[in-house]
Amino acid sequence: MTSIRQDAAALPTSDIDPFDHENLRDRTPMQIALREAGPVVYLNRYDVYALGRYDEVGAAMVDWQHFQVGAGVGLANFHTEKPWRLPAMPTESDPPLHDAPRRVLSKILSPRVLRRVREQWTADAEELVERLVAAGGEFDAMPALAAAFPLKVFPDAVGLPKEGREDLLAYGDLVFNAFGPKNDLFTRSANRLAELSAWVTTLCAREVLAEGGFGAEIWAAADRGDLTQQQAPLVVRSLLSAGVDTTVHGIAAILHAFATHPEQWQRLREQPQLARVAFDEAVRWASPLQMVFHTTATETAFADATIPKHKKILMLLGAANRDPRRWHNPDAFDLTRDPSGHLGFGMGIHQCVGQHVARLEAEVLLTVLARRIKQIEPAAPPRRGLNNTLQTWESLPIRVST
Amino acid sequence: MTDDEFSVPAGSVPAGSVPAGTDQATVRVTARTQVADDVVALTLEHPQGDRLPAWTPGSHVDLVLPNGLTRQYSLCGDRWDPFTYRVAVLREPTGRRGSAWVHDTLRPGDLLGLGGPRNHFPMVPSDEYLFIAGGIGITPLLPMIRQADMMGAEWKLLYGGRRRTSMAFRDELERYGDRVRLVPQDEYGLLDLATWLGEPREGTKVYCCGPAPLLAAAESACSPWPEYTLRTERFTPPELDAPARKGPFDVELRRSGKTVTVDPDVSILDAVRGVGIDMLSSCRQGTCGTCETTVLDGIPDHRDCVLDEAERAAGDCMLICVSRSRTDRLVLDL
Repeated sequence: MTSIRQDAAALPTSDIDPFDHENLRDRTPMQIALREAGPVVYLNRYDVYALGRYDEVGAAMVDWQHFQVGAGVGLANFHTEKPWRLPAMPTESDPPLHDAPRRVLSKILSPRVLRRVREQWTADAEELVERLVAAGGEFDAMPALAAAFPLKVFPDAVGLPKEGREDLLAYGDLVFNAFGPKNDLFTRSANRLAELSAWVTTLCAREVLAEGGFGAEIWAAADRGDLTQQQAPLVVRSLLSAGVDTTVHGIAAILHAFATHPEQWQRLREQPQLARVAFDEAVRWASPLQMVFHTTATETAFADATIPKHKKILMLLGAANRDPRRWHNPDAFDLTRDPSGHLGFGMGIHQCVGQHVARLEAEVLLTVLARRIKQIEPAAPPRRGLNNTLQTWESLPIRVST
Repeated sequence: MTDDEFSVPAGSVPAGSVPAGTDQATVRVTARTQVADDVVALTLEHPQGDRLPAWTPGSHVDLVLPNGLTRQYSLCGDRWDPFTYRVAVLREPTGRRGSAWVHDTLRPGDLLGLGGPRNHFPMVPSDEYLFIAGGIGITPLLPMIRQADMMGAEWKLLYGGRRRTSMAFRDELERYGDRVRLVPQDEYGLLDLATWLGEPREGTKVYCCGPAPLLAAAESACSPWPEYTLRTERFTPPELDAPARKGPFDVELRRSGKTVTVDPDVSILDAVRGVGIDMLSSCRQGTCGTCETTVLDGIPDHRDCVLDEAERAAGDCMLICVSRSRTDRLVLDL
């Protein structure tokens, strides 16, 4: 493929601010504008290069040699700025440092191992759903289901103590705001930064983590020499940063999708084996993690651009997941679609290592709901939350009938 | 922290599509080089020039030869180059027919089936690495050596072979100077592991790959060292005790609703295939990991060389090409 290379001056340039409140409340206009401006668009407000098309986002994600994560997966460029916390492990490490933490987590979070928790998670989901039905079946699904279920089963599986778990959401909110610019959202979160960081650090310690949980297994891997003792708490931390808010908002996305697409809910009730497809379609359609940054390792010729060394690349996952070049009727939430290949979990060596956990949480909850609930409908208009990089709901009032 | 010394070739990146899964792909042999007596190195590329799947040091691929044989070879090239793999193949006089075919018949331009990459010999973080290679066992260690050097770790290599000219990649190892000690057997005799390893110490990993007697020697030389110091990879299955059970046992295939009796001279894999289950396998020696199967009930008699002690103890998966049963009945997720 030959193409004419352009320097930044000649690239499509935009002064759109993807982190403006308007664009966080409804990301669609920004997604369309940046995706259609070109395969690589220069954002002059932040001096970053944005990718909004499926092919380019996917190609950049798998090219770990040129597009690195070691300089941070947020806007901050660790080549020139000091990170606010120790870089995440394996999320913000490139090969070779990336290899060992990734391997350990892949094993601990593998589908094979997760089969052991399915039964317990199903019982937890049944108990939660029964309680909500018994209380009249009208509730705010954001705290009552989307947050309540992951906050029960996941910290249990990690082996965390029972108290203080709701603060995991506040910590996640902070982490995902910190991947954006230092705007008012970051400042709002940062009020609790010192306190929450210190608290999360205590949760990563060996003595706090219950035997048999994911956390204890990470420490066991360090004892076998598969990780260093210094890496172990950071790998535990990655579970707490990346494993809570993402699944909470993923489950919220699917509840919102079904509340607004009653025909798809009926389809799932008729074919419960669609639960896994349904979740991945919701992740494609709503993309809880909307964007992630990588950094060029060297001057890189990519698509029709030449991107200088150590520049931040903004990958618009949400835009790529609705790119009409890749998806037929991309704005439709449709269980008959094959959502395979969506970029909501990323792609390549940094693809979400916890995706099997997220899928299992969603699948278990959906299976229980599909058995018990005939109809899901909005009980009041939902309210979007604001986060720099996550697509969130603040409130999702629904009514379920059995 | 990114580091510029992990040099990336500057220049053009094809914004191609995302690589497909790695279950079974095809690669083209683009070069074939004699790198030692009886050793050829093959360069492999994607037939359309796309990226190949990413890998880590210690990984191997399955190559499916046109004559239907499948063989495992360690990747010994440069992981920073996403477009080529390199493997090295020893002609094994007593071996099965794969290596002879590669040496005598295979030509650049030929297509081979590809499985993997998979890694059962991963490089773990350490302050110091002691590498021990025997013959063609140098292959998985080459990328590890490069990486240890890159990371600024302490390391050295003891490389034994039958004679100097039978030892592959001597030229590539030259640039490391005294860190590498070559020990051709016809000049120096057998490796003296204990002296070379020195006093047992913490914070060190010993990586050893080669023929079975060398692995046994490494195990014995490392016995005074802290637990988990030694990491090995076998190219040949270890000598095992007799199976735990002399008689037949039953295997229930829960998802298919079938039960099959496995006689002493039949593998679980063949028994399962015999009742119509389409089960993927590759090496049939318990070395590659392709046929790993979830165990729902019963206790496996592990006879593979893939699973580690913790995985064996967990008892929730097994390699059905070689492993058997300790109980009258096994229940598999098939």
